[in-house]
Amino acid sequence: MQSITLGWLDYAILGIYVAFVVGIGFALKRYMKTSSDFLTSSRGIPTWVTGLAFISANLGALELVGMAASGAKYGIATAHFYWVGAIPAMVFLAIFMMPFYYGSKARSVPEYLKMRFDERVRGVNSIAFAVMTVFASGISMNALAKLLNQLLGWNYHLALWVCSGVVLIYVLKGGLTSAIYTEVLQFFMIVLGFAPVVYLGLKDAGGWTAVTNALHGVAANPAALDLKPIGESYAANAWTSAWQPLLAGPECNPMGVDWFAMVFGLGFVLSFGYWCTNFLVVQRAMAAKNMTAARNTPLVAAVPKMLFPALVILPGLLAIALASMPGKHYRLPPPPIDSENFVAAIQVMSKATAQDSDAAFKQVSSTIGMKMSKEKVTALITSFAVAPVTEAAAQLQAATTRATDSKTALKALKRKGTATAAEIAAAEASTETAKQELRAMEKKHAVASQAFNERLRDTVEANDYDGVILSLVKKYCPTGLLGLALTALLASFMSGMAGNVTAFNTVWTYDLYQSARRRIFDAPRACTIVGKDGKETEVMVTPKEPSDSHYMWMGRFITVVGILLSIGCAYFARMYNNAMDVIQLVFGFVNAPLFATFLLGMFWKRCTGTGAFLGLLGGIGTSALVHGMTLAEGKGGWLGVQYYEFPSTMAQNFWLASFAFIVCFVLTAGISLATKRTKTDAELTGLVYSLTPKTVDATQSWIQRPAVLGTILLIGCVILNFLFW
Amino acid sequence: MGLDIRLPIGLMFSLVGLLLAGYGLASPKDIYDAHSLGININLIWGAVLIVFGALMLFGAFRARKANAAK
Repeated sequence: MQSITLGWLDYAILGIYVAFVVGIGFALKRYMKTSSDFLTSSRGIPTWVTGLAFISANLGALELVGMAASGAKYGIATAHFYWVGAIPAMVFLAIFMMPFYYGSKARSVPEYLKMRFDERVRGVNSIAFAVMTVFASGISMNALAKLLNQLLGWNYHLALWVCSGVVLIYVLKGGLTSAIYTEVLQFFMIVLGFAPVVYLGLKDAGGWTAVTNALHGVAANPAALDLKPIGESYAANAWTSAWQPLLAGPECNPMGVDWFAMVFGLGFVLSFGYWCTNFLVVQRAMAAKNMTAARNTPLVAAVPKMLFPALVILPGLLAIALASMPGKHYRLPPPPIDSENFVAAIQVMSKATAQDSDAAFKQVSSTIGMKMSKEKVTALITSFAVAPVTEAAAQLQAATTRATDSKTALKALKRKGTATAAEIAAAEASTETAKQELRAMEKKHAVASQAFNERLRDTVEANDYDGVILSLVKKYCPTGLLGLALTALLASFMSGMAGNVTAFNTVWTYDLYQSARRRIFDAPRACTIVGKDGKETEVMVTPKEPSDSHYMWMGRFITVVGILLSIGCAYFARMYNNAMDVIQLVFGFVNAPLFATFLLGMFWKRCTGTGAFLGLLGGIGTSALVHGMTLAEGKGGWLGVQYYEFPSTMAQNFWLASFAFIVCFVLTAGISLATKRTKTDAELTGLVYSLTPKTVDATQSWIQRPAVLGTILLIGCVILNFLFW
Repeated sequence: MGLDIRLPIGLMFSLVGLLLAGYGLASPKDIYDAHSLGININLIWGAVLIVFGALMLFGAFRARKANAAK
């Protein structure tokens, strides 16, 4: 990770942002009267606000960083995550699904499942979702704290707790409304913070035509930029066309994906599963002020979503193009060197001389554990680049000894009791001087280490794609603009946490706590009453439910718990990186089949709770099984048998989702036909398509009708696909 | 909800825009040569933010007036 020094102006911009989000929380405090105000915004927010929050809740910082990385690795085909993997699903949600979510008066997606099916389906969905949100916000906060630590040298723990504290304050004060409002602020922050970086990058590269020409050259020899192993090459348009390389087959595109997996696996199963059922985004639409506003929310969101590739994927393409232009002095950022390996490498380098540079090179590259450029390492050795570090280290060592010695001398002097005041003062003064010297030496050593670390990293022949966006920010942003871009990044991390926490507290309060309470404590129960005549009568008593203020209290309480759990997960992610990968994998299994359950539930009244529950479990099992029995880039195959090897993990992921969906669909349908319906037509009114009166949009002008807007968006999306065919 | 979000957005971006543009006017040219291709991006982008912030504030005040008229 490259280090960046911020000026006062950058800190001021950061401070202004934090002051405003906290201020919004306090300004909203007086509107938080009921648990519904706090947890669901009482359905009172205008469309453009819910629309931008909808898209913002999805545009976390990890997406921002990850999309630029994918843009560099895979080229324009990354836009499929937007034009294939988002827009159609968002339009479907708006036109077909939102009427059931909003019209059913459900307060959350799991609650809709309870109304449509039963408590079991709700249970599976709400527990998985609650755990997932906590982990997602933990992972995001860990990434933020790590970034602030490596980039700006802030203390990891301090950064983690302070950022979480800011989120806690504004969510606790203003609830979901606060989260939604700050997401809108974040949306503008990201757009206005990154647009100038993209503009400068594009201008520097010489415009779009120059970029495409450079990318054609890269496709012919991607090994030159360490993008692919030596010897692999692609057709000229591999990085600049979205569809042609895909249709030519998985070996012809850098993603290693076939068109069917892309269209069915990503475009249908994963995309609809995420956009149409994930409460994190759907919650934003459910907070809208009326049915039309709720339905238009995903449509408003689709407009920026469609154009976002220009902001988030283009930087990746620019980075590749710039790196391939020798005159631009830009290279893709190399991966960070592990601090222990760095210390060991300094040892090796300081002992190496020009004569044994061959042996030294081998030793250095094995110490670092990455592929390195022999030429560059030899240059470092022959120019004695390590000398300033070892020199500074020796001086630091000496200064430390001096500081300790003078401190001991002072203590001894004081203990003796016979020393004069002047003697003590002199000793104190020399202790102080030694201390200052030590501080200066520490600084000098840190600066020398940092400089050497950057030179050593430059010798590594590999890329840290996640660092692409920051390397561009560092290259093009003078102080001032730098503050704006970094604040945008920080904002997206924090609002990612706020989004997850507000979805978590609603699902916890309504779907887990209230639902369990109603079944256990507040359920009607039989009581025996003994009359005056001694006669016993059996009656059913329904205990009084706690008042709304109890749930309001619970909502606030669980917000604090949610933040603390997220912090815990951040530490967990920091310590057990591999365990985190496994956990995310498991969430992938759980989410893959989900859309089949919703599709059958919403559009087929015969679908039963048992069918949905068992179908869902079958689908989850299938995705685990597919992953366990196939391989891709060395991942998967943990069941001991490998029936198939996918060309890339992305292909494996798309196919796994496709199988999970199909199994869940077939199982749910089959078991539903074999089991008896438990809900009557009347109970399912408003929850199932065929039993619900169609929403009539005649009251709006034609341009505001969701069907019209959705069609326009889909046409726009098709045009974009053709433009980058 | 009672708070018009355009108000804080407008205020914040106007403020940040003023700071950026002000710094752009006062800062030496060489920081732009080193980073932004010699373009005084702080001044230009500061101005863009001021315009954006002003538009947001304008929208918020107009809505408030319309509400008051009701």
